[in-house]
Amino acid sequence: MHRVHTDRLCVPFHPIKCGGNEAKCEGKSELIPTIKFRHCCLLRNQRCVAAYLYDRLLRIRALRWEYGSVLPANIRFHMCAEELEWFNQYKKSLATFMRSLGGDEGLDITQDMKPPKSLYIEVRCLKDHGEFEIDDGTVILLKKNSQHFLPRWKCEQLIRQGVLEHVIS
Amino acid sequence: MSDAGSDFSGEDGSQEDIMTPAELIAKLEETWLNERFSPELLENKSEMVECVMEQLMHMEENLQRVKKGDVKASIHRMEIDRIRFVLSSYLRSRLQKVEKFFPHVLEKEKSRSEGDPSFLSPEEFAFAKEYMANTETYLKAVALKHMPPNLQQVDMLKAVPEPCLDCFVFLRVKERQENILVEPETDDQREYVVDLDEGSQHLMRYRTIAPLVSSGAVQLI
Repeated sequence: MHRVHTDRLCVPFHPIKCGGNEAKCEGKSELIPTIKFRHCCLLRNQRCVAAYLYDRLLRIRALRWEYGSVLPANIRFHMCAEELEWFNQYKKSLATFMRSLGGDEGLDITQDMKPPKSLYIEVRCLKDHGEFEIDDGTVILLKKNSQHFLPRWKCEQLIRQGVLEHVIS
Repeated sequence: MSDAGSDFSGEDGSQEDIMTPAELIAKLEETWLNERFSPELLENKSEMVECVMEQLMHMEENLQRVKKGDVKASIHRMEIDRIRFVLSSYLRSRLQKVEKFFPHVLEKEKSRSEGDPSFLSPEEFAFAKEYMANTETYLKAVALKHMPPNLQQVDMLKAVPEPCLDCFVFLRVKERQENILVEPETDDQREYVVDLDEGSQHLMRYRTIAPLVSSGAVQLI
């Protein structure tokens, strides 16, 4: 849909291309205001096309920050070849920039998007409790005598129940 | 909480003014807030960024040596995560402004004279140039090459809006300022001049106090 849209926007430009030169050559100066008017319309159309395309680029840029380096297939399907190329170049520029920050490995600024809130505590499991999911989606197996470093508020109830024990060594 | 940093022996003494880790982190937070709330890209602070990264590395190394299960470790872990968040947020904020105002940022850097401080780090400058080239290539390939010859260029400086310096910002005064010109004299009104007392907080047009932000006399909040 994107490609068709752009082509249709560009077609109106073609017939008008030659009109301006002809009027100047043949000395039909009374046509000049009309030509100027047409030129304004063309400029406006150019601006609209550029604005539409640039807005798409901004959305594609946002995808890098949201999804990471690899885009899902259904999104790639909606992008034309030039947009994919733009995305790859952008990725590369960003990666080069991040690698250059500070010391040897650089800093991945696409991580740490939110201020850290959780405070973790060390707990030991007193009885088998099975699987336990924590906030970032990872699943911990709570087996008797295993020790884990878990968010405090997640453990509070289990500590009260006697399943976990807070380890203070 | 920043005092956790000063327990460690990592020192960044290679700069002109040696700061304690606590002072460095306080400076980082101030710079971060200024950058977040300012509508335009502020002066580049590469040395501070480097110092903070060094500090983070020291803290990580020390954390490896702490006995596992020690409660202090989690507090230090939080401290490291917090500092890393502030630093990342600061760098992200700058990068977003570079992308948003890329032609103006590049123009400013090109027309800056030798002695003036740079607004972009060399890496940010490279990033901005690549971003501009990338975008121009894309527009040309997708649309501009199909247009009549006299319309195949887009003037980026005109097409991309400039930062709005007339927006209002909240600030706290760190050093007393006198005779700040808020509104110039016109036919309808006398000039409106204020004194800014230390510790007071105001809501003012950014353009009025922009030089005070760079000199450190006010802090954006």
